[in-house]
Amino acid sequence: MKNLKLYIPVFAFLLLAVFMWRGLYMDSRTLPSTLIDRELPEFELRTLGEGDQLVSNTDLPDEPFILNIWGSYCLPCLQENPIFMSAREQGLVPIVGVNYKDRDNLARDWLDINGNPFTMNIVDDSGRYGIDLGVYGAPETFIVDADGVIRYKHIGTINYQAWEDEIMPVVRELQSAHAASASASSGQSS
Amino acid sequence: MIPELGNFSLILAFALSILLGIFPMVGAARQNQLWMGLARPLTAGVFVFLSISLAILAYSFVTDDFSVQFVANHSNSMLPLRYKLTAVWGGHEGSFLFWTWMLGGWMLAVAIFSKSMPTEFVARVLSIMGLISVGYTLFMLATSNPFDRALPLSPADGADLNAALQDFAFIIHPPSLYMGYVGFSVVFAFAIAALISGRLDSAWARWCRPWANAAWAILTLGLSLGSWWAYYELGWGGWWAWDPVENPPLITWLLGAAMIHSLAATEKRGVFKSWTVLLAIMAFASSLLGTFITRSGLLTSVHAFASDPTRGVYILGFLGLIIGGSLLLYAIRAPILKSEFGFGGWSREVFLLANNLILVVASAAILLGTLYPMVYQAVTGGDLISVGPPYFNTIFLPLVGILVLLLGVGPVARWKKTSRAYLIKQLSKVAIAALVIGVALPVLLTLGVPLTTIIVTVLACWVIFSLLRDLQSKIANKPDVWSGLKSLPVSYWGMQLAHFGFVMTMAGGCLTSIYSVEKSVLLDPGESAELGRYTFVFEGIEPVQGPNFIADEASIEVLRDGVYFRHLYPQKQLYTASNTPATHMGIDGRFFRDLFVTLGDARNQGAWSMTLYIKPFVRWVWIGTIFIAAGGILAVTDKRYRRFKVRQVQRAAPVTNKDSQPVVEG
Amino acid sequence: MRLFPVLMKSLLLVCTMAFAMMAVAQVDVFDFETAEQEERFRQLANEFRCPMCQNANLTHSTGGVAADLRREIYNQIIDGRTDEEIEQFMLDRYGDFILYRPRLTVQTILLWFGPALFFIIGIWVVFGIIKRSAANSRGNEEDQGAETAAAGSEDLTADEQARLDRLLADKLANNPSTDDDSSDDSRR
Repeated sequence: MKNLKLYIPVFAFLLLAVFMWRGLYMDSRTLPSTLIDRELPEFELRTLGEGDQLVSNTDLPDEPFILNIWGSYCLPCLQENPIFMSAREQGLVPIVGVNYKDRDNLARDWLDINGNPFTMNIVDDSGRYGIDLGVYGAPETFIVDADGVIRYKHIGTINYQAWEDEIMPVVRELQSAHAASASASSGQSS
Repeated sequence: MIPELGNFSLILAFALSILLGIFPMVGAARQNQLWMGLARPLTAGVFVFLSISLAILAYSFVTDDFSVQFVANHSNSMLPLRYKLTAVWGGHEGSFLFWTWMLGGWMLAVAIFSKSMPTEFVARVLSIMGLISVGYTLFMLATSNPFDRALPLSPADGADLNAALQDFAFIIHPPSLYMGYVGFSVVFAFAIAALISGRLDSAWARWCRPWANAAWAILTLGLSLGSWWAYYELGWGGWWAWDPVENPPLITWLLGAAMIHSLAATEKRGVFKSWTVLLAIMAFASSLLGTFITRSGLLTSVHAFASDPTRGVYILGFLGLIIGGSLLLYAIRAPILKSEFGFGGWSREVFLLANNLILVVASAAILLGTLYPMVYQAVTGGDLISVGPPYFNTIFLPLVGILVLLLGVGPVARWKKTSRAYLIKQLSKVAIAALVIGVALPVLLTLGVPLTTIIVTVLACWVIFSLLRDLQSKIANKPDVWSGLKSLPVSYWGMQLAHFGFVMTMAGGCLTSIYSVEKSVLLDPGESAELGRYTFVFEGIEPVQGPNFIADEASIEVLRDGVYFRHLYPQKQLYTASNTPATHMGIDGRFFRDLFVTLGDARNQGAWSMTLYIKPFVRWVWIGTIFIAAGGILAVTDKRYRRFKVRQVQRAAPVTNKDSQPVVEG
Repeated sequence: MRLFPVLMKSLLLVCTMAFAMMAVAQVDVFDFETAEQEERFRQLANEFRCPMCQNANLTHSTGGVAADLRREIYNQIIDGRTDEEIEQFMLDRYGDFILYRPRLTVQTILLWFGPALFFIIGIWVVFGIIKRSAANSRGNEEDQGAETAAAGSEDLTADEQARLDRLLADKLANNPSTDDDSSDDSRR
């Protein structure tokens, strides 16, 4: 019926309005990571403070760890630092740093002043490794499991809330899975 | 004290808007002359109080009253006076007040220039606009009050106006854009009044057209100014980015163009009535949608104001009420609007339908592309995609091509019935001439066969030759050319001028995309680089001081074919208060091409990076829009729209007998 | 107390910086071996979106990552990679967000074919209107209800209308340019 066709604009509009209402509460700026459940990209870079010696993926921890992209210029990184420091003191989880597009002396000074929560600090001064990681600005944080597979990415500052509600649950889960498989394989070998 | 007066004035405007929204509307339903008579005075009141508010805000800027939060955020004591004044619309709250004031202005204009319309009709129209004003003023009072104070500790100085906005174009672009954008509320009100009263006749169309054309022509200029500004402000020669905030006014413009064409048919032939009403609603809806997108943070854009979901929800609610309500009203009442029919296959009505089809499809496509990332994210649960210029250009350009093709035929077709033989007879030679010249020109000038250019020139020639042919056939039997031209109505000239402008804009835009060249170079002082037939000699850098910025200014000597042509002075600026950088290009703008240099950075030992650009035909984009706007206005300066002193005939209720009488002459 | 204005100011600074980024045109100076390479570079940089900017392609962004990505594209072009390989490289790291031209997938079919669909529906509607209109007699007899004023010249009786049409048709055949109805039009 012709009259029914006249109601199409109203319904189309209402549908649109519903989408837009939902859209208001969506975050359309934070890029989801394409690397989830994929292996950490290969690298061969030097570390901060160890001279020109190169490290690669094999030098990463054999247990689940956190990979944090940071720089001395980055104000939010300063805000994360205490949380990482306390994690280090408690031995919760190893934190590997990627010093992103920074200068060695500035980075070292920063660590001296604020404390060094990192077990290892990879230097990516050109930002090239950051591209492989899909980084677009510090701070960004990855959670990597024992096999070197990325399991989670957090973009932006990690505050206490995010640490407790987002990061640590994933870390604990990976750690218990790792412990389980470790005991399973050690059980087999005996 | 004074900003509080501004706030109070805004509250008064809000209160009067409520009265305006209620009394005349109810008065029209009940034929209460007193209540209907309140419409004009209430409208004047709303306008006066909005004006006072705006004036007080401007005053706060001029007097550097940084206790007002909005002034503190967008001004600075060192800001030149003209930018202090225009900073009124340099941020969300102030620009929204400005927007609302524009609505008040249009309302006042309707109140003044409506003597030939029945009281009942005017009452309804002003009431509807009053209701819109209620929504706007409430929004400001509730979520975005420009008069909020920064007390008790107000800053000693302001954060300065955004560097990109400290420019002449900022003085004229937002006013013209808002004026055009808001102007569509007038036609919207007319349409709703028609739906409520159930009456839509040629008189309605005749009243409506000047308002529709005026709003649309002004919007044309507003869009054009924005494009021109982006071009020379951003420094890389782009003039349209298909940005989510740029797209909604374009959608309004396209729907507005469809509407004014549909309205012409409604006026002349009584056809497409309910469709015209729907277009009026949709055009206004798209302007509200634009407001929503820009101010709610829904979509990411460089232009977007600081985002805030609360504001977004409010605007969305308002949008839902007004548009949802109007569309519902449309669905219910449209069947009452009976249109004439009886036009044949190749009549002008059909070409107008085709015009509308393309414009509406283009609008829908642009809306689709603009909102798709949001829908995609919602549906896939978080995945993001981007829809940018490659998509929009792919979809939009072919539609424009078809439109231009039809543009050569439409004006030649007759109303109601045109034989295909007639059209062929009129246009076959035009087609051949267009093909021949359209192909010959690029081939000869470039000594190649550039296919895309040929398409553009053939289409441009097609429309222009068709235009000339139509002109020629209309004055063919007049004693001489001059009296023939004089005999043509002003509205005809308006139409042809606007169509010509459209072709000019399209041709300019396409050709500049095809033929622009650029080159990035690193030059030491004294070194030069070549681009095309021009040589650019980097003479050196000098520091200069602006009122609120410092800059490095390069002196570039430009040679053409080895002969001295002129100097250019691009700048790399730093605005001291906000510590933000900006560039100012050195530009030589001519009718057939633009030439400019954008400074990059200083490198080692005094060398500077810079980019050289040659952009042929880019000015045609904006010159064409001037013709479009001029044509649009001209088309409704016809005498039949200006007869104010006419006898009014009141109608008590819709008449249902078969006899129809001429009501109002002219 | 003191903190609030400072915070507001820095928030504003960040926002204005984000916008002002756009007002500063950046300039890379890369050395290309051929003009074709330079052209490819420009096309590619135009088609990728800057991941951290407020909606700008790589060519027009000043953001740090944008400069890195431009350099990366340059390096890959010099290395001899094809456009598809470079695009895949970007996709692998940043996802679909980075492409301004959305890939054609099941989820974007509506996007790419939507306009054509609208067009087809529109054509169908228009043809329906034309057919209906041609079938109707001129001067719709059902034109009542709310109609009160004359619509144009339809205040003639059916006989007069027919006579007028004949006269007009004659004129049309003999001398098209004197058809006042169309010269008085104002289609805008």
